[in-house]
Amino acid sequence: MAGKSFFIDTTRCTACRGCQIACKNWNQNKASKTKNWGSYQNPKDLDGNTFKLVRFSEAEVNGKIRWYFFPDQCRHCLEPPCKDTIEGYVDGAVIHDKATGAVFYTEKTKKAPYEEVKDSCPYNIPRKAASGRLVKCTMCLDRVSAGLLPACVKTCPTGAMNFGDRDKMLALAKKRLAELKKKYPKAQLLDADSVRTIYLVIDDPQKYHKFAVASSESGLIDRKLAMKKMLRPARNLLKAGITG
Amino acid sequence: MTNHWIDIGNSDCILIMGSNAAENHPISFKWVTKAMKAGATLISVDPRFTRTSSKADIYTPLRPGTDIAFLGGMINYILSNKLYFKEYVAYYTNCCFILTDKYSFNDGLFAGYNPKTRSYDKSYWAFEKDKNGIPKKDHTLKHPRCVFQQLKNHYARYTLDKVSAITGTPKEDLLKIYKTYAATGKPDKAGTIMYAMGWTQHTVGVQNIRAMAIIQLLLGNMGVAGGGVNALRGESNVQGSTDHCLLWHIWPGYLKTPRSSNTTLAAYNKKWTPTTKDPLSANWWGNYPKYSVSFLKSMFGEKATAKNDFGYSWMPKVDDGKSYSWLDLFDEMYRGKFTGFFAWGQNPACSGANANKNREALAKLDWLVNVNIFENETGSFWKGPGMNPKKIKTEVFFLPCAVSVEKEGSITNSGRWMQWRYKAVEPAGDCRPDGDIMVELFEKIRELYRKEGGTFPEPILSLKWDYTTGGKYDPHKVAKEINGYFLKDVTVKGKKFKKGTLVPSFAYLQADGSTSSGNWLYCQSYNEKGNNAARRNPVDKSGIGLFSEWSWCWPVNRRIIYNRASVDRYGNPWNKKKPVIRWTGSKWVGDVPDGGWPPMLTKDGKLNPKTKYPFIMKPEGHARVFGPGRADGPFPEHYEPLECPVPKNLMSSQLHNPTIKLFKTSADKYEKTCDPRYPYVCTTYRVTEHWQTGVLTRWQPWLLECQPQLFCEMDEELAKLKGIKNADKVIVESPRGKVEAVAIVTKRLKPLKVEGAIVHQVGLPYHFGWVYPKDGGDSANLLSPSVGDPNTKIPETKAFMVNVTKKGV
Repeated sequence: MAGKSFFIDTTRCTACRGCQIACKNWNQNKASKTKNWGSYQNPKDLDGNTFKLVRFSEAEVNGKIRWYFFPDQCRHCLEPPCKDTIEGYVDGAVIHDKATGAVFYTEKTKKAPYEEVKDSCPYNIPRKAASGRLVKCTMCLDRVSAGLLPACVKTCPTGAMNFGDRDKMLALAKKRLAELKKKYPKAQLLDADSVRTIYLVIDDPQKYHKFAVASSESGLIDRKLAMKKMLRPARNLLKAGITG
Repeated sequence: MTNHWIDIGNSDCILIMGSNAAENHPISFKWVTKAMKAGATLISVDPRFTRTSSKADIYTPLRPGTDIAFLGGMINYILSNKLYFKEYVAYYTNCCFILTDKYSFNDGLFAGYNPKTRSYDKSYWAFEKDKNGIPKKDHTLKHPRCVFQQLKNHYARYTLDKVSAITGTPKEDLLKIYKTYAATGKPDKAGTIMYAMGWTQHTVGVQNIRAMAIIQLLLGNMGVAGGGVNALRGESNVQGSTDHCLLWHIWPGYLKTPRSSNTTLAAYNKKWTPTTKDPLSANWWGNYPKYSVSFLKSMFGEKATAKNDFGYSWMPKVDDGKSYSWLDLFDEMYRGKFTGFFAWGQNPACSGANANKNREALAKLDWLVNVNIFENETGSFWKGPGMNPKKIKTEVFFLPCAVSVEKEGSITNSGRWMQWRYKAVEPAGDCRPDGDIMVELFEKIRELYRKEGGTFPEPILSLKWDYTTGGKYDPHKVAKEINGYFLKDVTVKGKKFKKGTLVPSFAYLQADGSTSSGNWLYCQSYNEKGNNAARRNPVDKSGIGLFSEWSWCWPVNRRIIYNRASVDRYGNPWNKKKPVIRWTGSKWVGDVPDGGWPPMLTKDGKLNPKTKYPFIMKPEGHARVFGPGRADGPFPEHYEPLECPVPKNLMSSQLHNPTIKLFKTSADKYEKTCDPRYPYVCTTYRVTEHWQTGVLTRWQPWLLECQPQLFCEMDEELAKLKGIKNADKVIVESPRGKVEAVAIVTKRLKPLKVEGAIVHQVGLPYHFGWVYPKDGGDSANLLSPSVGDPNTKIPETKAFMVNVTKKGV
């Protein structure tokens, strides 16, 4: 599987949130009015203007405090279930870029059912913008096509955010995992075989974020999706019949 | 920084204490991460578990204001386990010096203390000298009155039990950290310290740094790659503004501000020029008159002549024994002693300790000029909380200025690199660069003096002030003036120089009026080779990341200062893998050495009479483990913060630093020790997302979205005790004021066991203010006390006492 991938080494992340802001800057996404809700994490969740969010969570391991940071973003799945869901309703609303593997939502996603799309994502990523369009990380497809790094990777000072050819990122991730395994037996790569945003964590993924790995309900969603896929040709025929 | 940012990557052990580098100096973690990748250990010591701590191999908490106890324990550990770097200690530090028998230390007081003046007679802290007036030395370090033995005596008192009882740090953590850090005492290992305001903003601020400097000297970590004592400056150009004398007590380049008793230039130079009788001591400050005269020539040009003391009498003098620090200025202002005030690029209504006092002080002025990018709490103080605009006489002027990218000029970073910046865009509207505002202002003032005379017009009318091109401020002209010119055709050190050319470096400055230099430390920054600060050669020839042709750094482009201590007495690097300099047999190679003199010993092990000791800025040529120049003692000693949660100091019967002075206005209220109304230790800090009082960042929607409101972090037990839930609104109150904040109840703060009792601590960032956003909360400095370190008067905003209650209860 060629194309590009992110490698996000959470052990190097200092939660400076340079990536979160760089993402807003590149996409010219507005800020929302927030309140402190008893956490550094803000906005509280991804939203129509926030494609990348650093999640903060505290844990205690053997009496020692740990503060985990999880720069959450679209995983750009190798086989993106959201694409199937959306295209069950709107053709050509999602571009699965051949060169990079980026999953890109177009203007046409306005017509897709938001809740259903969100539920179909095992990582709870897609959000609805004020315009009605569905939005999420674009892999900075415009930048990457021009030979630049994604904005979040470009701005990261510590090497937590990495981006490049998939084989190189996988190799980097595996090398780093091997180093960390010695000290942190629970160190692992998250869903590395099925996504292009590969996280490295040193503890149970759930301690970082509920949707750090593909959610357990996704089996159910898969069945729903499979049904839609099966019904799709018939519905397309039907649509063709109406318009034609 | 004695070293520089990139050099952190060379370290084997990084201690981050008194700073929160990951949050407040995010880019520094590029180099911390690099060092860790190569196997370095990261230690984080902080009252709170921070974003820095989250990356550390070892984390431990301590109670705010107990760093000297913590570090004193480390000194004791190093000495009692003989982990110090003996050759380095014996020959490069003053550990071998012998003290006179007047020196003593008893129950928290050093010899020479005068309780009436609350100050020391430092003649009690002198070195014994031989018949030639040279300090006597015992390189075996065995003489009972040598510094080394006195150091041992002093810190033997800092036992693990006592240190743990004072700091609240578990003993096993102390031991683990002492052991890990002390391992850098090996010649080929280096440990570094990254500190900031967490160490300086205390009534023992200077001694916190001194304690760490002693550790670095004992372990041979000064002058080497990956070592040093590294102050992380809190603003991009705070190093530059200090170098160019932002503070009251200095002229540019750390020359002294004249006292009124320094009546003539000769008296001034005599007073401040240190002397030595030791032929092996370079005593670099012996060049003082060259720098002071060159500075006066820069100020007054041709009007400065030998006959008129180069205009020395035109320079402002300060009264002997009087302090004019920030705290003092606002005290005077509060007492109605000022008519006007320029608040230029600052926000004292939020940034200063005891901010309510500052806000009230502003109301005593006739006029206030606020130069800033945005409206702030200082310029708008008259309509702030508790103010009645009708009753305030102060006339306020707001001058909008250009931001950093809208003007050309230099900044000097923490690593002493002077970096030239071009102008990226034109300023918006009628905003002007600070330089233009100053030029215009000065020319108006000079015009008025010309027309009307007035009191003592000579200093203004005689200023050289030729920094404009086409009527506008010209940063290149200022930069060249800072470097300095030859003012006549001269021959110096066998080289001929033409009048009007730029001085190559400070070694060529003269005391006879033939040279000018606005700041001797920056002489070489902009010379006939060009604007060296603008250099951008990304090639590193050193192999240790010196990048010597990228920008320029003071002094004379020396990237690691005290580097003559990075080699043994033959000139061979202690660490052969990361050499800073090396003696080839005829010259030094590597970084610019601290002087070109040959190493201390010749090949056959004899003293080289042409050598100089490595610590050239000290008159004795040796690094000062014993520091006889400080106001509060030659060795750091633990004293409790002015406001503390304990009834007694376990180290002595001196509860507080015996040399601090309190202010006495009605706005200066201090907590009496163990006042049940203020039971919790409070500390203030910053977060990544905001900058200082937030004047620049609160108006930036993306940053405000991340950190929208003042918060108060507290431990879970305290929250339970006070019925506070996460995200509840709380009131934090000190004797001086109160603020409303959002509670962050967190595992990252833990109650500490101190002197057998449980101590809770809370912390608040000081980024917020009432102007914007309206629901953001006000400044945490409404709580902090106006009391300062006796040496620097930096306020104690990192350790004071408060109460916390749930709002509405």
